[in-house]
Amino acid sequence: MNAFQLYGMNVGPDTEWETVIGLEVHVQLATESKIFSQARARLSAGGSVADEMPNANTTPVCAGHPGTLPSLNQKAVEYAVRTGLATQCRINLKSQFARKHYFYPDLPKGYQISQLELPLCEAGHLNIEVGAEGSVMRRIGITRIHMEEDAGKNLHRDGFSLVNLNRAGVPLVEVVSEPDLRTAEEAGAYLRKLYGIVTCIGVCDGNLQEGNFRCDANVSVRPKGCTRFGTRTEIKNVNSFRFVEKAIEVEAERQKQVILMGGEIHQETRLYDAQKNQTFSMRSKEEAQDYRYFPDPDLPPLLLGQDWVDGIRRSLPELPDQKRDRYRAEFGLSKYDSSLLSSSGELARFFEAAAIKVDYAKPVSNLLVGEVTRLLNDSGLELAQTKLVPKQFSDLAALILEQAVSVTAAKQVVGVLFKDGGDVPTLVERLGLKQLNDLRSIEPLIEQLIAANPKQVAEYRSGKEKVLGFFVGQVMKATGGKVNPGSLQELMIKKLKE
Amino acid sequence: MAMNNFKKISEIHEAFDSGTLTPIELVHSYFVEMKSNPLNAFITECQDRALAQAEQLTHDLKSKYQGKTPRVAKPLFGIPLGIKDVLTVDGVRTTCASKILEDYIPPYTATAVQKLENAGAITLGKMNMDEFAMGSSNENSAFGPVIHPTHSDRVPGGSSGGSASAVAAKQCFASLGTDTGGSIRLPASFCGIVGMKPTYGRISRYGQIAFASSLDQIGPMTQSVEDAALLCQIMSGEDPLDSTTLNAPVDDWSESVRAEQRRGVSGFSGLRVGVPQEYFIEGIHPEVKNAIDSIIQKMKSQGAEIVSISLPHTQYAVATYYVVAVSEASSNLSRYDGVKFGTRSAAAREAKSLEDFYKKIRANFGSEVKRRIILGTFALSSGYYDAYYRRASQVRRLMRNDFESAFQKVDVIVSPVCPTTAFKLGEKSKNPLQMYLSDIFTIPASLAGLPCISVPIAKDQEGLPIGLHLIAPRLQETLLFKAGALVELLVGGHTS
Repeated sequence: MNAFQLYGMNVGPDTEWETVIGLEVHVQLATESKIFSQARARLSAGGSVADEMPNANTTPVCAGHPGTLPSLNQKAVEYAVRTGLATQCRINLKSQFARKHYFYPDLPKGYQISQLELPLCEAGHLNIEVGAEGSVMRRIGITRIHMEEDAGKNLHRDGFSLVNLNRAGVPLVEVVSEPDLRTAEEAGAYLRKLYGIVTCIGVCDGNLQEGNFRCDANVSVRPKGCTRFGTRTEIKNVNSFRFVEKAIEVEAERQKQVILMGGEIHQETRLYDAQKNQTFSMRSKEEAQDYRYFPDPDLPPLLLGQDWVDGIRRSLPELPDQKRDRYRAEFGLSKYDSSLLSSSGELARFFEAAAIKVDYAKPVSNLLVGEVTRLLNDSGLELAQTKLVPKQFSDLAALILEQAVSVTAAKQVVGVLFKDGGDVPTLVERLGLKQLNDLRSIEPLIEQLIAANPKQVAEYRSGKEKVLGFFVGQVMKATGGKVNPGSLQELMIKKLKE
Repeated sequence: MAMNNFKKISEIHEAFDSGTLTPIELVHSYFVEMKSNPLNAFITECQDRALAQAEQLTHDLKSKYQGKTPRVAKPLFGIPLGIKDVLTVDGVRTTCASKILEDYIPPYTATAVQKLENAGAITLGKMNMDEFAMGSSNENSAFGPVIHPTHSDRVPGGSSGGSASAVAAKQCFASLGTDTGGSIRLPASFCGIVGMKPTYGRISRYGQIAFASSLDQIGPMTQSVEDAALLCQIMSGEDPLDSTTLNAPVDDWSESVRAEQRRGVSGFSGLRVGVPQEYFIEGIHPEVKNAIDSIIQKMKSQGAEIVSISLPHTQYAVATYYVVAVSEASSNLSRYDGVKFGTRSAAAREAKSLEDFYKKIRANFGSEVKRRIILGTFALSSGYYDAYYRRASQVRRLMRNDFESAFQKVDVIVSPVCPTTAFKLGEKSKNPLQMYLSDIFTIPASLAGLPCISVPIAKDQEGLPIGLHLIAPRLQETLLFKAGALVELLVGGHTS
């Protein structure tokens, strides 16, 4: 391949590339009623969209009946302002709703009420930590946050297309970042940080499966050092952080290959296929809609008082970054653990409700960061969808600290609680996991082991101390992990040296 | 006197009080009249619903109220009204005179209609109109044109043509119209009744199927200024369901009218009446001009101070109006895509794609509606928005300023309602621009959101009515009704 020029730079096989990413995140606000009507907007706790009777949560307004008019839900404005304040935005005391037109069966009015020229919030930012142990901090700009209404949903089945308007009119904020992100990892960190903020300040239920937090990614590539942006593509509606990262990676790679093969990037909308791990074109710019935005004449400009905004600012809770720092200082948790615990409002609230005593914090944190996170990832469930409650973790922490159960046993208990729920003391009793602290009863077992493994005993005595682990492991296995590991080790050494 | 020959609500209430009339007899008489004289003023007659309402009121009158009409709690007790078919009534077909809403039955009642019914009014039926309120002659109805009440070769004016013709022909006592650029005032003038449009935001638009949201207003069409004032005051007020309604005090305007009319034409003394020089254009019919000149002279001789004023941006009014109105209309009518709203014809069921489906559904719009959707879609499209909608909004502000400075010098402004009297059916329907110019005098006040009224003052040689257009400052309905009451007195209208 010969070198060629791109965006005023020489490009060749050795060119180092840079990815430029901007994210648009749609956050569903957890208000009880919809943004412009009295219809119910929120799922019942732990409920799912699939459980709701189709079109039950509608009024003539959100169904777009002729003659109806929108009236703005004050709570939705408050939540949007909270979001803006928590991301250091300027709150515009005057903002304006606009109509965005397109035809689609799930959009009953033929337009979506959104904001264009005068959004509610502008010019904010948030800080992300990337690199090993989160050692590099980057500040990512937020261009704007505007309010809009969600559309309904189409369901295609048996040759019919069915429309469900339960979601139509659910309040959203769209958080638009500056093109400040440079890697998929940064994009993931940004999303997790934003997710942590909106769930921490209580404006979003944070249920990714139900579409509470949805992301579109604008991606382009350019030779490193280039100051202008390349042509970008938009990857639509990816609803897991992991998939956003993967989609960005494969899309950046695709663009690089296209350019290196002498091709051109077209501005277009693409979809990510997680199974094939590739993006494919959905519609090109030529087919792009003309949304015919204009100020919605049914809604006068939204005017806010500075006092009201200041009141909301004062009512903001501790934000994830502050929580993380406090967990480190107050409980001595690691940077990784405290970041993870503060990364979602739900997890942080759970952790704080369980760590009712300072010395509970570490064992609770270990169980949440280790076992619970693993179980959640494996099952794809949200914390709220499990049978876990903070009290169980306080109880487990107390038992661990009293050495009444081992950490291994505690993990086993968590596994059962996760699926079936229950009360910790009863469960520990039932599973026979109470830790054995008085080791007299297992002395015969130890002596038996020593007699049965003369080779290993000889190795140990000749200075190969690692062999100790073998013996401890055998005892643990035989006792179902119930033995206090510290005491066991002590006793084992004593017996081996006898 | 024929049972439906009442001119004022107070006359009906006196008849109820004296026991010579019951609400049910009154309602019957209107249905007899509407069946005997086919003006095509009604799209849907609500006979069963109206009789049920009347029966209840008749029963209440005899038992609960012991033969005395409850005028305070129910100021419209037993008053039979026609409701323009752009306003929703729960369970009653509401078509907007369009094929696309032929079968639409709304699940809720418009705030304004609800307020009238709560005050005792009876809904006789849903009135014919221009499709989606787009037109000045009522010839653009999917249910056929409305006929002028006295001249069967003439149009009644539009878009509230059914509402106007029926009141004039005594097929309902009074009616509701809606006015976007003159749709109440012009047909009122053509049919010789009173038609009033309040300040934008006075009356909730909730339940008024939108044409151009920033201009649309509901208003009364009546046989007297007093009754227009009464209906208007009952319907006015802030509505949580319409964010554009105003939180402004609503006075007892009908009492102001009675007081003014008791006092007599001396009330003109000191009233400053503005006459905009831009309004007396070429092409204005001489008989209309003479009628207006003559009433202005009469006002002057009663002590009114006549002031020549200028509204310099008037020349841009029609163009501005048609940009704003069609833009908003193209947006408001987007919902008739056949998915939820819009009759799904057999052809649409055979559609091959979503786009094809939309095309087939939207073929059900009439040609004027299609014209405006296309114009509006163009005006809002990317690259044209600044030149059209934004520019029009700016001109609109200038026109509002024109009025504001004029009202520094005068109390009310007068003009003709329309350059002509009722024209012939078919006369302008092939020429949209000519039709649009019928609204040249009514549009400026609409763009400025001002309260205005049309009061009948004369008839031309053929006996066709001529109306006087009065405009007052924003929220000055009291002043508007007062001036209207005086004009009514002056031309020998109703006195109490």
